[in-house]
Amino acid sequence: MIDFRLEEEHEALRKTVREFAREEVAPVIGDYYERCEFPYEIVAKMGRMGLFGLPFPESVGGMGGDYFALCLALEELARVDSSVAITLEAGVSLGAMPIYRFGTPEQREQWLPSLVSGEALGAFGLTEPGGGSDAGATRTTARRDGDSWVVNGTKAFITNSGTDITRLVTVTAVTGERDGRKQISAIIIPSGTPGFAVSKKYSKVGWSASDTRELSFADCVVPASNLLGEEGRGYAQFLSTLDEGRVAISALSVGLAQGCVDECVRYVAERAAFGHKIGEYQAIQFKIADMEARTHVARLAYYDAAARMLRKQPFKRQAAIAKLVSSEAAMDNAREATQIFGGYGFMNEFPVGRFYRDAKILEIGEGTSEVQRMLIARDLGLTRPWQ
Amino acid sequence: MPNIVVLVKQVPDTYSERKLASADHTLDRASADAVLDEINERAVEEALQIKEAQGGEVTVLTVGPERATDAIRKALSMGADKAVHVSDESLHGADIIQTAKVLAKAIGTVEGYDLIIAGNESTDGVGGAIPAMLAELLGLPQLTHARKVEIDGTSVKVERETDAGRTFLEAALPAVISVGEKINDPRYPSFKGIMAAKKKPVTTLTIADLGIDASEVGLANAASQVLESAPKPPRAAGQQITDEGDGGSKIAEYLVSQKLI
Ligand SMILES: Cc1cc2nc3c(=O)[nH]c(=O)nc-3n(C[C@H](O)[C@H](O)[C@H](O)COP(=O)(O)OP(=O)(O)OC[C@H]3O[C@@H](n4cnc5c(N)ncnc54)[C@H](O)[C@@H]3O)c2cc1C
Ligand SMILES: Cc1cc2nc3c(=O)[nH]c(=O)nc-3n(C[C@H](O)[C@H](O)[C@H](O)COP(=O)(O)OP(=O)(O)OC[C@H]3O[C@@H](n4cnc5c(N)ncnc54)[C@H](O)[C@@H]3O)c2cc1C
Repeated sequence: MIDFRLEEEHEALRKTVREFAREEVAPVIGDYYERCEFPYEIVAKMGRMGLFGLPFPESVGGMGGDYFALCLALEELARVDSSVAITLEAGVSLGAMPIYRFGTPEQREQWLPSLVSGEALGAFGLTEPGGGSDAGATRTTARRDGDSWVVNGTKAFITNSGTDITRLVTVTAVTGERDGRKQISAIIIPSGTPGFAVSKKYSKVGWSASDTRELSFADCVVPASNLLGEEGRGYAQFLSTLDEGRVAISALSVGLAQGCVDECVRYVAERAAFGHKIGEYQAIQFKIADMEARTHVARLAYYDAAARMLRKQPFKRQAAIAKLVSSEAAMDNAREATQIFGGYGFMNEFPVGRFYRDAKILEIGEGTSEVQRMLIARDLGLTRPWQ
Repeated sequence: MPNIVVLVKQVPDTYSERKLASADHTLDRASADAVLDEINERAVEEALQIKEAQGGEVTVLTVGPERATDAIRKALSMGADKAVHVSDESLHGADIIQTAKVLAKAIGTVEGYDLIIAGNESTDGVGGAIPAMLAELLGLPQLTHARKVEIDGTSVKVERETDAGRTFLEAALPAVISVGEKINDPRYPSFKGIMAAKKKPVTTLTIADLGIDASEVGLANAASQVLESAPKPPRAAGQQITDEGDGGSKIAEYLVSQKLI
């Protein structure tokens, strides 16, 4: 029988990030959130402690850790705040990882050092205004013109794409057709390239201190050498990084779910109604017990998916399950935590109000809950008649 | 290339509940998470900054129970090179004078040290006397409450800050300094640092190894004894003043009655 005790170094990392979140993030993040401001200072500190380098080997400037180490860091950050956690998640698994995985030696050398140190951020643009779940329906095009690609189209909801430290966005674009099927490739677009316009930030329901923007490309010209990975394999490549990303989003969701438990356990011991602390009422105790149970189960699900990933076993189904149950646990816990806090739960100055606003996106981003269910069903061999 | 010894102490986390054991009024170590004292993180950080600028070696030294290895590990994860851990059952309940004597002997095991860096006072004992006692025992100059430290090959300069103001001190090396809150912002260990720490040497010593007899230390041999202890009384409910045109003067009266103004 296996068990889920953490290795000594993973446990030490978890503690360090917990301390960091408690001391450096918790006291200031509420203000950033309220002002919808990107927390450059916190991100710089995260960079200095090596969080953006966690899953990369020392040979490219990383910390020599693994993807599970990143997951633990995400969980502990999200226990306090999701905006900084998603900035790290997207920076690593959408920004740096595809370049590490599929980049040429030149591309790695050009981009990785600053991404891995956290001095710069990378983004990945897959979703378009016309659709995200059906990523194969990409409309953005990249036309080969001599030694260049000419990119045209629009991307929607792209995380980390417009900060002062964003250096590049990797976009998926149609580069041709083979056997009647669209060929989708991934192309690196450096920030500031003429023809590449970054819109102002969206006004979002949650994740307010993270950077999300719409991007448009109008005859945007980049060198042919900016193709990332194989021509025509952009979509397939990206799907493989999405499986990993789901485990990371699951860890982030577990953090939010746990944060709800932390806040509630503290609050119910202080708040009184009808002559008793509300934590003495079983109706409240049961809510918190359910929250803890959901968090625990969700954590085991992502630990299992991460363990399979690191053993190089197939983990697509486990990643989808982990993403599904943990994002739903986060949403359920945030709803219950807000209820337990009563009117204060609806105030932005209390963390649970922030958790409530931040939870919903977890059931949408990096594959909606419906998409996770589709993946699980497909993995069970269930087909659809028209396919 | 300075050879630096940093004195570190493991203390109960200020975030958790801290209390004394009812049997002998010593710290109830089971009741709270134990962490490297924050002021000692700053001491380690200062040593690392000196090392990064000038080279040399950083040794951390602690006198404390077995689980103080966690505090040592943290200092090594931040970047210190090696550690000395004095751990001995007979030290239970050791007082500040005994601790200083043990530290002085243990420092003797570090060859050719140039600088000893301590925190100005610990968050649990709050004695604030170890650095001075140690300097006295070792016959070294002491420069306490530093908010800025500069060293060159043979001397150390310290900007010393107390409630009364600032003084600027200089002494020949080797010397003992203690650092205050404002000295720096300590780094968080990176994962690379955490993994490297596992391979760094930690020398564990008993008091016998230091030539100290068990009859000289411990609760029974402490110079002072704790007779009684009581937790702080819970905070009394606040007093509400309703402003009926005279709110300002009522507040002033209250502050006067509390001898605050
Ligand atoms: C804050 C934020 C940050 C984001 N960051 C990024 C980023 O960095 N990069 C990026 O590329 N994208 C990003 N996204 C986009 C995100 O991944 C998409 O929003 C998501 O994949 C859903 O796509 P969609 O919004 O187009 O919804 P749609 O695909 O239009 O789906 C609408 C609804 O239909 C359901 N649905 C779709 N197909 C089916 C089906 N076959 N059966 C049943 N139900 C179905 C969906 O589950 C959903 O409920 C971000 C989004 C947000 C809000
Ligand atoms: C095995 C053992 C058991 C003990 N048990 C108890 C107990 O049960 N109850 C109790 O109240 N006290 C106990 N002590 C604590 C001991 O009395 C204090 O460490 C000592 O009195 C120092 O007092 P302080 O923390 O007030 O020093 P301060 O003068 O406030 O400390 C200033 C600085 O000196 C250095 N320093 C202080 N102590 C140490 C140390 N131990 N190792 C390395 N550097 C140090 C640090 O850099 C610190 O920042 C125990 C100590 C030991 C070693």
